[in-house]
Amino acid sequence: MILTNINYILNIIVLLFLIGVLGLVLNRKNILITIMSIELMLLAVNLNFIVFSIYLDDIVGHIFVLFILTIAATESAIGLAILTVYYKLKNTIQMDKIKIIKS
Amino acid sequence: MYLTLILLPFISSITAGFFGRFIGPHGAAVLTVSCLLITVILSFFIFYEVAIIGCPVYIKLMPWIDSEMFNVDWGFQFDSLTAIMCCVVTFVSSLVHLYSTEYMSHDPHLPRFMSYLSLFTFFMLILVTADNFIQMFVGWEGVGLCSYLLINFWFTRIQANKAAIKAMVLNRIGDFGLVLGILIIFVTYKSVDYATVFAITPLFVGEKFIFLNVEFDLITIIGFLLFIGAVGKSAQLGLHTWLPDAMEGPTPVSALIHAATMVTAGVFLIARSSPLYEYTPVMLKVITVAGACTAFFAATVGLLQNDLKKVIAYSTCSQLGYMVFACGLSNYPVGVFHLVNHAFFKALLFLGAGSIIHAVADEQDMRKMGGLKKLVPFTYSMMVIGSLALIGFPFLTGFYSKDVILEVAYGKYTTEGHFSYLLGSLGAFLTAFYSTRLLYLTFLSNPNGYKSVICKAYDSSYQICIALAILSIPSMFIGYYSKDMIIGLGTDFWGNALYILPENMNRIDAEFIDHTFKILPVILSLSGATLSFILYTFGVKLLFQFKTSFIGKKIYNFLNKKWFFDKIYNEFVGQFFFKFGYNTSYKIVDRGIFEIFGPLGLSTAVSKKSKLVSNLQTGYMYHYTFSILLMSTLLLGIRQFWMFFNTSIDYRIFIIFFITSLFLVSNKK
Repeated sequence: MILTNINYILNIIVLLFLIGVLGLVLNRKNILITIMSIELMLLAVNLNFIVFSIYLDDIVGHIFVLFILTIAATESAIGLAILTVYYKLKNTIQMDKIKIIKS
Repeated sequence: MYLTLILLPFISSITAGFFGRFIGPHGAAVLTVSCLLITVILSFFIFYEVAIIGCPVYIKLMPWIDSEMFNVDWGFQFDSLTAIMCCVVTFVSSLVHLYSTEYMSHDPHLPRFMSYLSLFTFFMLILVTADNFIQMFVGWEGVGLCSYLLINFWFTRIQANKAAIKAMVLNRIGDFGLVLGILIIFVTYKSVDYATVFAITPLFVGEKFIFLNVEFDLITIIGFLLFIGAVGKSAQLGLHTWLPDAMEGPTPVSALIHAATMVTAGVFLIARSSPLYEYTPVMLKVITVAGACTAFFAATVGLLQNDLKKVIAYSTCSQLGYMVFACGLSNYPVGVFHLVNHAFFKALLFLGAGSIIHAVADEQDMRKMGGLKKLVPFTYSMMVIGSLALIGFPFLTGFYSKDVILEVAYGKYTTEGHFSYLLGSLGAFLTAFYSTRLLYLTFLSNPNGYKSVICKAYDSSYQICIALAILSIPSMFIGYYSKDMIIGLGTDFWGNALYILPENMNRIDAEFIDHTFKILPVILSLSGATLSFILYTFGVKLLFQFKTSFIGKKIYNFLNKKWFFDKIYNEFVGQFFFKFGYNTSYKIVDRGIFEIFGPLGLSTAVSKKSKLVSNLQTGYMYHYTFSILLMSTLLLGIRQFWMFFNTSIDYRIFIIFFITSLFLVSNKK
């Protein structure tokens, strides 16, 4: 097995995660991008788990990854469902227009 | 007998005050006058027993305050000083009572008036008979209170209200000094009894009293603070402005306040504290100078007053100055002697003035009187007796005390002694001048009043005449008859009541001063009287020319306006305190600092800041995500770099960051 330097992979993970975060923060228009960013962050976390699971030679990381995958799938399903319901009500999914919790 | 003397005026006061509507004005008058007459007789007995036989009485009634070291009893001590004061107070007061029954007979509130008069007498008796400073202070405040009630007797008059408040406030300034003095006495002596305090005073010579890291000589500071009290009560220069204004009360009140009771309390206090003052030469000097200045100042102001009662009021002020500087020269017996004599002839003068005022339909301006000699002959003769006694006409009462005061002043052979002799002699000249002026303008000049008033002028009824007649007798003779007893050389009349340090004793020196200086005050006062008489009889035009000349106008204004003391007090002191009270203590401190750092400022700051913080929640999702990112980064970062912060940076600096972060958010929105 080719031993890749773990720092290289960890850098990629952090980069992925940061891209997800920046996608959350900087995106002001499209709510789908928000959901995609969340998925990206979850993926980065998963990758992190896997890398450390292999690095530490421990199965628990893999189990967690499986759980997180499931949770991510359900979460994106519920999120998209909320979106469709919301779209039915407001006829828009533009982020600028979603401003209802302001007192 | 001794307690009856004190309680009788109180009982009559209570009865007349609370049950006046049942016993009626006549009943109240009869009751109070008869009670006071009994009191006078009692006080004569006491005088005989205590002062003449020489048997001081000490009555310890009951404990009042008994707390660890602090022990105050209701105790009454009757020594010569008390006995003589009792006699003066009750004698003059009873005559004033009798006089008031006639003078105030048309007033609807006669029972109230008689009640106040009796209460005044009661408090004055408490003051003079007390055996400790606290009980003395009860009387001291009581006479202040009664002076307020009496000056304000005609409570519908705004001037009377203002005068009463002024009297109360100026007295209170002095009382504050007195309280501080008593407190220092307690702090250092651990006692407020006269007996204890005066017995151990010699041990405290040279002792220091430290207050705010400043060292004071103990006895001097006590003496100074007690003297402040005396200044307020006895209307010495500085706190004298209430006395002339107190003329707003009815005339018998002026007679009571200015002749026998209230103003004498200050002199009484100094005389009572003689064992203390003897050990503080500094304060004796201060007292002398203050008294001499008062004597001279009041005499000059009296010259050009046009109000009949104000002239007499300023003469009171002036005579009090004489008494005080006599005490300051360590001649307490002489001061008290003058106090006694002055009480008689000043009561006579005031009551006589009341009789005049009564005769001319309550007109007080001397310029609108004149020619009353033929119309009110009895009052005229009484006023002449009073005035001659006041100016120290030879062989009348005033002569015996005033000349002795001036003799001992010269015989002191010190700077302040000569200073007070000089001012006192000039004051005697001026006193004679204005007394004669008063007599001339009121009785001798051509009538200046309205015809309707002049036609109805007549001598008052028998009560007023009796009071005047009785007062005129001691005004003539008391000085001659009691001189040897009270201030005679080597008299043992005073017993232990007054104490004079042997090195301060100068009565014998005073007997052997140069003849010129003995005769000078008499010559000055006689020439003052003559000059005044001649000027007002023959030189009216000259006086008028002088008065209307440039310099004359200045002098007239200066003296008529009382050296501008009232003006200065009102415009600088009074206004300053009013402005200070409104601008500084109310607007800046109360409504400003306290509110801003207190409830108002705090609540507005909190609500403003919390509004700003809640404004951070814009409602946009990306703002929330950004703040989540920021905060989690901060938390993780702090945790990560804790070791670094811990070692090199004081964590308290984050408090500043936190507080500034509250101000970073701008208020505009």
